[in-house]
Amino acid sequence: MLILEQAAALVFQPYVLGVILASAAFGMLVGAIPGLTATMATALLVPMTFFMDPVPAIASIVTATAMAIFAGDIPAALLRMPGTPANAAYVEDAYRMTQSGRSDEALGAALVFSAIGGLFGSFVLMTLAPALAEVALKFSSEEYFWLVVLGLSCAVFVTPGSPTRGLISLLIGLFVATIGIENPAGEARFSFGNLELLAGVQFIPAMIGLFAVSEVLRTVTATIPRQKIPRSDGHGIFKTQWQNLKKYPVQTARGSITGTALGILPGAGADIAAWISYAISKRFSKQKDKFGKGHVEGLVEAGASNNSAVSGAWIPALVFGIPGDSITAIVIGVLYIKGINPGPTIFINDPQSIYAIFMVFILANLIMLPLGWLAIRGARPLLSIPPSTLMPMILIFCIVGAFAINNSMAGIVMMLIFGIIGFFMEENDIPIAPAILGMVLGPMLEQNFITSMIKGDGNFLHFFERPIAGGLGALTILIWLLPVLMLVLRRGRKTQAIA
Amino acid sequence: MLRRTLLCSALSLAAVAVATPVLAQSDYPNRPIQMIVPWGAGGGTDAVARIIGTLLQQELGVPVNVVNRTGGSGVVGHSAIATAKPDGYTIGVVTIEIDMMHWQGLTDLTYKDFDFLAMVNADPGGVMVSVDSPFKTLPELLTAIKEKPAGSLKASGTGQGGIWHLGLAGWMMSHGLKPDQVTWVPSQGAAPGITDMVAGGVDLVPTSLAEGRSMIDAKRVLPLGSMSPERQELFPDVPTLKEAVESDWTLAVWRTVAAPKGIPEDVATKLGAALEKAYNSEEYKKFMNERGYGMRWADAVETTRIVSEDDATLGKIMKEAGLAK
Repeated sequence: MLILEQAAALVFQPYVLGVILASAAFGMLVGAIPGLTATMATALLVPMTFFMDPVPAIASIVTATAMAIFAGDIPAALLRMPGTPANAAYVEDAYRMTQSGRSDEALGAALVFSAIGGLFGSFVLMTLAPALAEVALKFSSEEYFWLVVLGLSCAVFVTPGSPTRGLISLLIGLFVATIGIENPAGEARFSFGNLELLAGVQFIPAMIGLFAVSEVLRTVTATIPRQKIPRSDGHGIFKTQWQNLKKYPVQTARGSITGTALGILPGAGADIAAWISYAISKRFSKQKDKFGKGHVEGLVEAGASNNSAVSGAWIPALVFGIPGDSITAIVIGVLYIKGINPGPTIFINDPQSIYAIFMVFILANLIMLPLGWLAIRGARPLLSIPPSTLMPMILIFCIVGAFAINNSMAGIVMMLIFGIIGFFMEENDIPIAPAILGMVLGPMLEQNFITSMIKGDGNFLHFFERPIAGGLGALTILIWLLPVLMLVLRRGRKTQAIA
Repeated sequence: MLRRTLLCSALSLAAVAVATPVLAQSDYPNRPIQMIVPWGAGGGTDAVARIIGTLLQQELGVPVNVVNRTGGSGVVGHSAIATAKPDGYTIGVVTIEIDMMHWQGLTDLTYKDFDFLAMVNADPGGVMVSVDSPFKTLPELLTAIKEKPAGSLKASGTGQGGIWHLGLAGWMMSHGLKPDQVTWVPSQGAAPGITDMVAGGVDLVPTSLAEGRSMIDAKRVLPLGSMSPERQELFPDVPTLKEAVESDWTLAVWRTVAAPKGIPEDVATKLGAALEKAYNSEEYKKFMNERGYGMRWADAVETTRIVSEDDATLGKIMKEAGLAK
């Protein structure tokens, strides 16, 4: 109890609380600008943390990243511009909801379920960290390979409409992921001697192009005047969420658990967590056909998932000093500078600091509610701007975001090219989401496949040799075969009936 | 009409900007300096660049903006530094990869395209195994590598042909073994390689001990040797390769601050002096010690010498290991 009191004394000081508030606002701003990621928010904060005590230093990072992941939902819902890659999974639903006048509900759901997911992840972090980190450490390339294959199989589930078109989109994404030299063999592919292509297609500009620029193009070329978006009824941002929580308790819990679990694995993280949760949600939903058309269910589950992953990533970081994602990679550096050396002994040597950090996690996720409410209200006027004014503004934002990610003009060119690709894809009813998934998972798939094959001296059965890998592999194959099995069973029954 | 005038003046401005020769600038610096980092946020180079940037800012009195230009195994960022205007307002962190990428045929860029200002850090390579490994000392590990058929043991820690891949090949060759006696498993960097080793994916990781520090502290990773001429200050119990297995192989990765070729001499002098002050500051020492990075100072002349020597050594190994084009 004494430790908790000491920890509370470290947190509840005007200075620390001020830092939390300021970094919350900062994270909110960074997250809401597409192209600026939560990782970048953290990197920008680091020089400032040099001049802070350990607890406020870590508090600023915890708060800013939690906010950034939620804030990415704001442009996603209002402008179809996912603020961070973690928001791309359910952008379609959120945007359609806005168009039917339910922007408050969409953003309220994103906010409330982000907070719930974040709190769940923090709770797991506090209670089970050492035990869970031990399991995560057993994951090698074989396990990750199967995890990625599972993720790619999700593409089939997330696709609204025909699976063939979904597959085409996925293959486009996977192809784009092969460009450049960042592959296990270190060989340049499809770069044509171009320096920027050598670096591969940058993910963020491509994503902004596919979603936002294509939307701008469609608005500009639309022959029928666009219908005015009905204003949200102003029925409060939180009011509808109580019903959503009552309606989707399983989804909330499942999203939080999946997100935390994927967050713990070094190398997975919030982006993948959101996709997998969205797919799980669709797979088990009673209203599958509503997904991608402005349905809140997937948003609830994936929104909880990506924020819980952010907390989960801290588990291996604190217990072993292994980064769970790029944010915690930076955090580990800050911890060392502040004299809090991550490792199993952190809970013995420095318990008050650790419990203080845990308290910050709770605070950050709670403070998200009022601040998020303000941000949503503040962003609302965006919707009453006429398209002729709004679209150029969106384009400017896109350009800034595409440039900022690597400070290069190439980002803008890629964004524009992908905008055109996205436009033609949608005109032909090819969904965009699977292409994004392919681009996220493609490099991981290749990396983990090649390294596992090298380890197994070229023997494919190597993928089943390790127990966890074998289990995951069997599960994946089972999921693939399920539709076939069902078909066979159904056929069998039919023939019996006829006979 | 207005538009045309605007266009004309924009064009003439651009022409002036191109035509102005880089003159000696006594009032340097009078505007923000951009510092390009060829590697991503979160990595070691980024961390070193950001602390150096903060300290330079205090010395020079103008903002020093750290900008990540990543991708293409570092080619993109290094090119951005080399092709910038040599006026002292664009500098960057040049890493040991500059001595490798041209041998691999990735670019024509070499160390000769830069004016080096200073070396601020060097980390010797190491040899690390998981605590679950059957090998507890370097001689035991080396015996197993020699006696088992080639390719039985696997190592990881960088991409294919990356610096630690060469470090391992060089070490093998120093014992008269084939450079690929231990199979290299490419990884996205030292941290994923070490994680994979702890998960049982590979047998050893030959990256710098600094990169394995948190796992060494957590008693998950066992450091067996250091590829340095003398023992490292931060790891006094880890023997050198010479002490443990009579190998003369040494390798250290370094980080230098450099400018595009042809910056004015007085600007270079001013930057060099500011860097030396930053290097000798308490903040820098504290930062480097806490992170476990090796302190290493070399002035412009010595840095250029080290960089050119490493270029020759690495080129030789890459050719023998079949990694050069």
